[in-house]
Amino acid sequence: MSETATAPLLATRSLVKRFGSQVVLADVTLEVPRGRVLAIIGKSGTGKSVLLKCLAGVLPHDGGEVLFEGRPLGANAPEASGAESLAAFRRRCSYLFQGNALLDSLTAWENVALPLEQATLLPKAEIRLRVSEALHRLELETDATRYPSQMSGGMQKRLALARALVTRPEIVLFDEPTAGLDPLRRNAVFALIAHAQREFGFTAVVVTHDLPEALASCDHLALLDQGRIRFSGTPAEFAATPDPVVASFRDSPAALARDIAALRAGAALPADLG
Amino acid sequence: MLSALGQSSLRIVSEAGDLARFTVRGFYSAVGSRRLGRRLARSVYEQGVRCVPVILIVGLFTGLVLGLQAYHTLNRFGSSALLGPLVALTLIRELAPVLAALMLVGQAGSALTAELGIQRNSEQIDALETMGIDPFGFLVAPRLLAALIVFPIMTAFFALVGLIGGWLSACILLPLAGNVYWASIDNAVKGADVSECLVKALVFGALTIALCCHNGFNAHRRTGATGARAVSASTTRAVVFSSIGVLAADYLITSLLV
Amino acid sequence: MQPSPVKYTRLDLAVGTFVLAGLAALVFLAVKIGGGALVAVDTTTVRARFTNLGGLAPGASVLISGVAVGQVEKVELDERYAAVATLRVRRDLKLPADTFAAIRSSGLIGDKHIALSPGSEDILLQPGELITDTESAVDLESLISRFAFGGVKDKGDGK
Repeated sequence: MSETATAPLLATRSLVKRFGSQVVLADVTLEVPRGRVLAIIGKSGTGKSVLLKCLAGVLPHDGGEVLFEGRPLGANAPEASGAESLAAFRRRCSYLFQGNALLDSLTAWENVALPLEQATLLPKAEIRLRVSEALHRLELETDATRYPSQMSGGMQKRLALARALVTRPEIVLFDEPTAGLDPLRRNAVFALIAHAQREFGFTAVVVTHDLPEALASCDHLALLDQGRIRFSGTPAEFAATPDPVVASFRDSPAALARDIAALRAGAALPADLG
Repeated sequence: MLSALGQSSLRIVSEAGDLARFTVRGFYSAVGSRRLGRRLARSVYEQGVRCVPVILIVGLFTGLVLGLQAYHTLNRFGSSALLGPLVALTLIRELAPVLAALMLVGQAGSALTAELGIQRNSEQIDALETMGIDPFGFLVAPRLLAALIVFPIMTAFFALVGLIGGWLSACILLPLAGNVYWASIDNAVKGADVSECLVKALVFGALTIALCCHNGFNAHRRTGATGARAVSASTTRAVVFSSIGVLAADYLITSLLV
Repeated sequence: MQPSPVKYTRLDLAVGTFVLAGLAALVFLAVKIGGGALVAVDTTTVRARFTNLGGLAPGASVLISGVAVGQVEKVELDERYAAVATLRVRRDLKLPADTFAAIRSSGLIGDKHIALSPGSEDILLQPGELITDTESAVDLESLISRFAFGGVKDKGDGK
């Protein structure tokens, strides 16, 4: 297709996902610009992770399209090329799961080596080099023979990150990479993503709750609300838009301070909790 | 009532179809799966090596009891010389393949269902897919192939230990002559009996391990239970259906071969 | 830094031992217990004529002094309605021409088998040759009725 060169690397068009009668994604149209970091924010339970899984083809979608370089992707793509382009897509994409999804019967080293050994034809020496490089970058070289269950949550996260980056992907999908991390680690993860992104030039989609960090480190923001993209734009545009839903997100730290102050003054709890 | 019957039979038939497709895909995906040998070795270890003690113990006691019961029954007719053939044929044609399969389901099958269920729950299977690794080739194929290696071997162990058990109870604890026991076994057991035994072991192995893999692999598709409950429900179901499957398949094979 | 290979060699060792022991068990089961289906033993046939087979069927053992040397291959009737059993036995036996064949059973309700008693002649039985010096199956019912009606001393059910 001629639009391949100009098309965004990854995009969705009117994406619909239902679980039974529950509509999670009603109509999501989103573009992931090439070489940029896109943060998807939104309240818990609005389907951010589901959107990411549909993007990665882990979950089949019920309507609309996922486009990779302008071509439909996924198991339910209309033409037979769907499966084939999904395979091509997966060679160029990594996914960082919220729960890390490390293989618990393999050591740290084996986990990182796994995608190279199983899905590429790299020679053994090259694999060894790349794995030790990836472990070194994430300061895990002394833990190569430990199993994921013997590691702390932060180490597991770093290990999953090492596994995601070892294939030198063009797209990395991050599903809440900072969930359960302390603030320092959280900053470190965002710094790491931004740093690795500069180094390798991959395109990243980050699903996150951490608005300040996302604003500081991402090129684009998309706000998912009630199954639709409520806002999409740069951090500067995010700061300026008058949209009330965006505003409520943007101002939530200030709102918290306000509520606490009010609570101390003896007022009732705000009604719109959650 | 009638529609419920129809629905459940429809469900059973489509589940059987799903299982068959799963099994074929599991075996087929072994083609081109990288470093399969190492995973196969691990599966043989888990299904085979780790289950040797239980197979030997159960086999020995089965033989002991068979020898004891058969001796007292046959002695009434003065035919205790037939004890060897009775023990050997019962063991080789029926008890060794069936009981070995049931023990392996209990020890290895349940474990692998739970393992796959947890891997499904913690998104490890999804992670394999996103890495471009076929989870069938990675997880299912080595276990299915291991079953084809392990089940005949375990059945042979079971049968041999059972024969020794029969000899212990009839010839050591009871006054049958040892050479009569072994010679009569040698005469009575034919090649066809041994091949029936091996056919059964292969069928039981493929059937039960496929059922266990299928249940664990699809733990997330279970309706009515999620998370840890889905894993436990899948494990229970895998063991129950495998046990029923072994006995039903045993009847079928016996009626076809004999 | 790299995973230690020790763990795998230990696993491989265990698996290898298991598979080898298993193969040995399988071969033992198939060859020793299952009656040598895998090893081709050089065999030949002889035939034996009986007046009554008494339930002897193809597959029954052929024994000499209690040692298995072959099997009954088929049973048929000759032109005088006598039963002729074809026995497949080991070729290296070199049975004399005056070998005696008897149908016996192991125990009261045991399997029927053929017991061969080699004679003393120098001439050997040729392949396919007929043994006529035989003892047929003991007919239990007639034996019991003879016992009941007092004819038990007359053992003449022979040849």
